Amino acid sequence: MFGFSRPQTIAFLAMLALIIVCPFVLYPVFLMRVLCAALFACAFNLMIGYVGLLSFGHAAFFGMGSYVAAWTMKTWHVDASIAIALGGLTGGFLGLCLGYLAIRRSGIYFAMITLALAQMVYFFCLEAPFTGGEDGIQQVPRGRLFGFIDLSNDMTMYWVVAAIFIAGFLTIHRIIHSPFGQVLKGIRENEPRATSLGYRTEDYKLIAFVLSTALTGVAGGTKALVFGIATLTDVHSSTSGEIVLTTLLGGLGTVFGPALGAVVMTSMENYLAQFGAWVTVTQGAIFMICVLAFRRGIIGEIGNALKLRL
Amino acid sequence: MMTIFGIPGPLLFGQLLLGLINGAFYAMLSLGLAVIFGMLNIINFAHGALFMMGAFVSWMLLNYFGIGYFPALILAPILVGIFGIFLEKTIISRLYKLDHLYGLLLTFGLSLVIEGLFRNGYGSSGMPYRIPNLLQGATDLGFMFMPNYRGWVVLAAAVVCLATWAIIEKTSLGATLRAATENAPLVQAFGVNVPRLITLTYGGGIALAAFAGVLAAPIYSVNPNMGSNFINTVFAVVVIGGMGSILGSIVTGFGLGVIEGLTKVFYPQASATVVFVVMVIVLLTRPRGLFGKAA
Repeated sequence: MFGFSRPQTIAFLAMLALIIVCPFVLYPVFLMRVLCAALFACAFNLMIGYVGLLSFGHAAFFGMGSYVAAWTMKTWHVDASIAIALGGLTGGFLGLCLGYLAIRRSGIYFAMITLALAQMVYFFCLEAPFTGGEDGIQQVPRGRLFGFIDLSNDMTMYWVVAAIFIAGFLTIHRIIHSPFGQVLKGIRENEPRATSLGYRTEDYKLIAFVLSTALTGVAGGTKALVFGIATLTDVHSSTSGEIVLTTLLGGLGTVFGPALGAVVMTSMENYLAQFGAWVTVTQGAIFMICVLAFRRGIIGEIGNALKLRL
Repeated sequence: MMTIFGIPGPLLFGQLLLGLINGAFYAMLSLGLAVIFGMLNIINFAHGALFMMGAFVSWMLLNYFGIGYFPALILAPILVGIFGIFLEKTIISRLYKLDHLYGLLLTFGLSLVIEGLFRNGYGSSGMPYRIPNLLQGATDLGFMFMPNYRGWVVLAAAVVCLATWAIIEKTSLGATLRAATENAPLVQAFGVNVPRLITLTYGGGIALAAFAGVLAAPIYSVNPNMGSNFINTVFAVVVIGGMGSILGSIVTGFGLGVIEGLTKVFYPQASATVVFVVMVIVLLTRPRGLFGKAA
């Protein structure tokens, strides 16, 4: 029903098994961080991988989703599901506004415009009173899900985050394999031709952008609940850069690449954190190696070697 | 005291001067980006990092070798320019046949490496660079006191920008350059060594960024983040101006600096975002940029 091919079904089941087994072996909070990053990367991949537009400002949607979820949680004490949904709506609405401007240009201009617009959002968050400026929104309660599931337990929270990730992952997969997704790929391959076939390519691009940013907002909102904090780091351009690297490392336009990229990147940040700025250097070096030597990314290269589309 | 629109004159002119200085840096950086984009078809994301390197090299020349500001103004751009040529030869030249986005991603990675290395070596706090004795003090212009160094920055930047414009638009080298931008294979058929021209263009663009870095060193403290603070705004400037015209980059750069300065007087809260607001307006009314060619 989701358009998985046979090898993709096997890979999906393997991923599902890992999601179920890992919390019994590894620290659940770390795994939740991985899952949030993975959902973020999958949502980002929808733009770069299937529409061919590189957004260099996805942190804006992630960060705003995170701020709104944290703020509603802390101030209005809403249900966790509502906070996360509001995060997604915020991401999607902001995506609609910024995307409307950005899709007027393509290629590198699109990248520069999204970067600049995200910088504007960053300055807004720096000044706006509700974000708490440099301090961010701290001590956000995790609250309850649907009124009766207490999320303060890490394992309970983990299963919720895992469910959100899987739902997001399948949504993206469904979008890509729908007729709408086919049109997107057509636009990526040859936009004038798609136009001549009667498709309003700008509308398609904008809808894809909104879907991508809404899911990004969900990822941000979930992250805010997991860690109980929403800060300026989430809206900063370095986060945008990181998600580009995550996706590139895993494999642009692959189904499982962004998730694997998130595993690698988050582990790297976790274990290299003690080395300070060397994390940045390593990230930059990986960026350059990816671009120069293996542009298909990890999953892309594996898929290429096995002659499979993963 | 003289007032203009209810604003004290010295305040207005002071902010205007600060705006001009920011504008000078926008102009030099966006000019370099435009020239590099014209020849290499890549957006040099590492521009901010190399600007920062220019400032650092001048600081190192002073503190390790005792070489002062004015020699550094020549030496630092040459050294960083050579580094740029090395980068072009070794890594960037491998990407010309690929999608433009890969050039952007590669140079983005490059900027992370450079900034990370400097942050490891020198921390993030920043180091002062003293204004040279010759440019200390201030001059009374009648309507305001102008710090000499600030005046010098605006002047030097304007001269360098115009010189770059003259080289590209008025000399035979510039004519070859422009021809190669339009149609590289044809120019190569005429016997011009286009790959070398590309390398030199990159080196030149980088040298311009490094020159801006040296000028910036005494104004902003020399720190690893000084480039990334600027570069996002510079990208907005490039989108506003469009990358089609050299003079357009210069005018847009200075113009936006002035707009930013004026915003600081009349509505300070918006001063950080005004450039982006202008970008939004330009995108709505003239998506290819003020001076951009039709796609």
